[in-house]
Amino acid sequence: MSRILRNLCLALAVLAPVAMPAMAQNGPLRIVIEEGVIEPLPFAAPAFIAENPSAAEFADQITRVVAADLAGTGLFREIPQSAHIARVTNFDAPVSYADWKAINAQALVTGSVALGSDGRLNVKFRLFDVFSGQPMGDGLQFGGGSDNWRRIAHKVADQVYSRITGESGYFDSRVVFVSESGPKDQRLKRLAIMDYDGASVQYLTDSSAIVLAPRFSPDGSRVLYTSYETGFPRIKMLDIASVTSRPLADLSGNMTFAPRFSPDGGTVIYSVEQGGNTDIYALALGSNQPVRLTNAPSIETAPSFSPDGSRIVFESDRSGTQQLYVMPVGGGEPTRISFGEGRYGTPVWSPRGDLIAFTKQNAGRFHIGVMRADGSEERLLTASFLDEGPTWAPNGRVIMFTRESAGAGGSAQLYSVDISGRNLRAVPTEGAASDPAWSPLLP
Amino acid sequence: MNKFSMILLLAGALGVSACNNPDRFGAGGAGAGGAGGAGGINTASLGDPNDPNSPAYFNQTIGDTVRFSVDQSILTMESQNVLAGQAQWMNQHPQYNAVIEGHADEQGTREYNIALGARRANAVQEFLIAQGVSPARLRTVSYGKERPLAICSDETCYAQNRRAVTVITVGGGV
Repeated sequence: MSRILRNLCLALAVLAPVAMPAMAQNGPLRIVIEEGVIEPLPFAAPAFIAENPSAAEFADQITRVVAADLAGTGLFREIPQSAHIARVTNFDAPVSYADWKAINAQALVTGSVALGSDGRLNVKFRLFDVFSGQPMGDGLQFGGGSDNWRRIAHKVADQVYSRITGESGYFDSRVVFVSESGPKDQRLKRLAIMDYDGASVQYLTDSSAIVLAPRFSPDGSRVLYTSYETGFPRIKMLDIASVTSRPLADLSGNMTFAPRFSPDGGTVIYSVEQGGNTDIYALALGSNQPVRLTNAPSIETAPSFSPDGSRIVFESDRSGTQQLYVMPVGGGEPTRISFGEGRYGTPVWSPRGDLIAFTKQNAGRFHIGVMRADGSEERLLTASFLDEGPTWAPNGRVIMFTRESAGAGGSAQLYSVDISGRNLRAVPTEGAASDPAWSPLLP
Repeated sequence: MNKFSMILLLAGALGVSACNNPDRFGAGGAGAGGAGGAGGINTASLGDPNDPNSPAYFNQTIGDTVRFSVDQSILTMESQNVLAGQAQWMNQHPQYNAVIEGHADEQGTREYNIALGARRANAVQEFLIAQGVSPARLRTVSYGKERPLAICSDETCYAQNRRAVTVITVGGGV
C-alpha cells in the first residue's frame, strides 16, 4: 500500500519593505531564551489576507498554525483577534502602530495568502516591532503546493521566532515515535512519523512485531530502530521516502539495540549483547565490520555522539549503578560525568553541543534533566512516575520525552519541556505514544 | 530593493507514504500473543500437563519461570532448584530446544532493561548448560520491560515481572 510521493518544493523570496516610519523608540525587540521567560511576549497575528477567494480557508488556517507555533513555545502570548483595534485589509498598507500599541502587542505578524490556479500557495509575511515602530527584517514570501500549507506556516513561524529570539527555529520539523495500543501486557507498537506539533501522522511499520526507539539520520531521510521481527531485538534502518527497511547488518546470534547515527550519517553506534553482556560497537555504513568501542563485563548502552563527532556519551553500570560516561569516538578510557544521587541513563548530546540530556531515576521517581558536557550544572526539568528518553529539538532549546502513567491502565504519552524547565506540555497524539526522536530542521 | 530572488528550499525529501501489512508476521511474534513464544520460533504444542513428557508439564509442574531481585541477575537457591528440574527434563527430552526470555520490571529505562533482561536470560542459560544441556539447544532473548506478566505498578507486580521464562520449542528448528 505505498503511496506516490509528491515532490514538494517550497520556495522563499524576500519582499520589498513597507514604507518605514523613521526612528526606533525603544531597544530592539528580543527574547533571551536562556534566562527562562516568565512573562511571555504579547503578539498580534491578524488573519492573513486572502488574495483570492479560494485562498480564504488556507489564509485562516495558516494564521492559526503560525500563532499556535509561537504561543506553544511559552515565550509568546497571542492577543486574540477579537481584541484587535486595527483591521488589516491590505498586506502592503502602512501599519497603524498606535492601534497595536494600544492593546499592548509588542510584535505584529501580518501576512497574505494567494492560491494559484496551479494549486500553489504563495504566502507573504512581515514582522513588526510595534513599540519601535518599525519592521523586524525583510518581508518574506514562501511558495509551495497547497498540501504543504502547514509546512509553509511553520516556516513563517520559524522566521518570527528566529528574529525575536536570535535562535534558529524548530517548528518545521518532524518527530518519529512509537505509536502504542493494546493492554499493558500485550502492547502493540508501530513506528509513526508526524509534524512536531502532532499533525500529519503517518505510520511507517505495522504492529506485528515490537519496535523501539527510532532515531533520525542527520539529514532526516532515514530512521534506525530496534525491531523484534525475527523474534530477537535487531536494529533495522528504514528509508522514509520509500518506507522500506532492512537489517542494519548481518550480525547473527546477537541482540542489537540502542542505535544512533554519527553527525555525518556515515556511522552507527549501538549496543550488542553477547553471553549476557552488553557493550557498544560502531559500524561504518556499507561495511560489515563492527568495531568494538567498550569491553567491560558491565552493561554499556544508549550511546550518543557529540555534535562535532569527536566523543560519545553513554550509560554504564560499571560502578554498580547506571551512570553517564564520555569516551573518545574511537573508544578508550571513559570519563564518568554523573555524580548526583540516583541512576542516570539515556544520555543525548544537544545539537548545540553545550548540554547533555538524560533520564534520572531517584527515590522512586523519574526525571528528565540536563547537565553540561563535563557533568557540571545538573538541572532536573521534570518529575513523574516514569519520564524517560529525551530527544532534542533541532535548535537545542526544547526537549521531548516519554511520560508513562502508573498502574494497570497506565499508558505512555509524549511531552515537551524547554531547557529552563518551563512550558511542560503534552504533545497531542491520537493514541498512546512513546520514544520520540526529533528530526533536524527541514530544508 | 525589490529582491524576489527565489531560493529553493526543499525537494521532496520527507514525503512519507504509509505502510500497512498486518499479516506479515502472523499472530504477532515476539510474545505479542501472550504465550511467551518468540516470533519466528516454533513454540512446541503444550500437550497434557499430566503427561511428564509434555511441555505443559515442564511449564506447570517443573516451572518455566524463575524470578530475580531488583536490578539483579543472581539465581536464588529456589531458582536453582527449579532450573535443575528444567535441565533434567531437557536432558531427558532431547527432541526439544528452548528459548530463554529475560524480562525486567518497568522501573528502568528501556535500553538498560533490555540489557538487564539479557543478563537474566544468560544466567539461566549458563545454569542449564552447567547441568548438561547442550548450548546448541538454547537461545536467549530479552524483552526488557516490554512484556510484563503483571500490570500493576507496585512491588507485587514488579516481583513477578523480574523473571526469566524457559520456553520449550520444537527441536532442530532454532
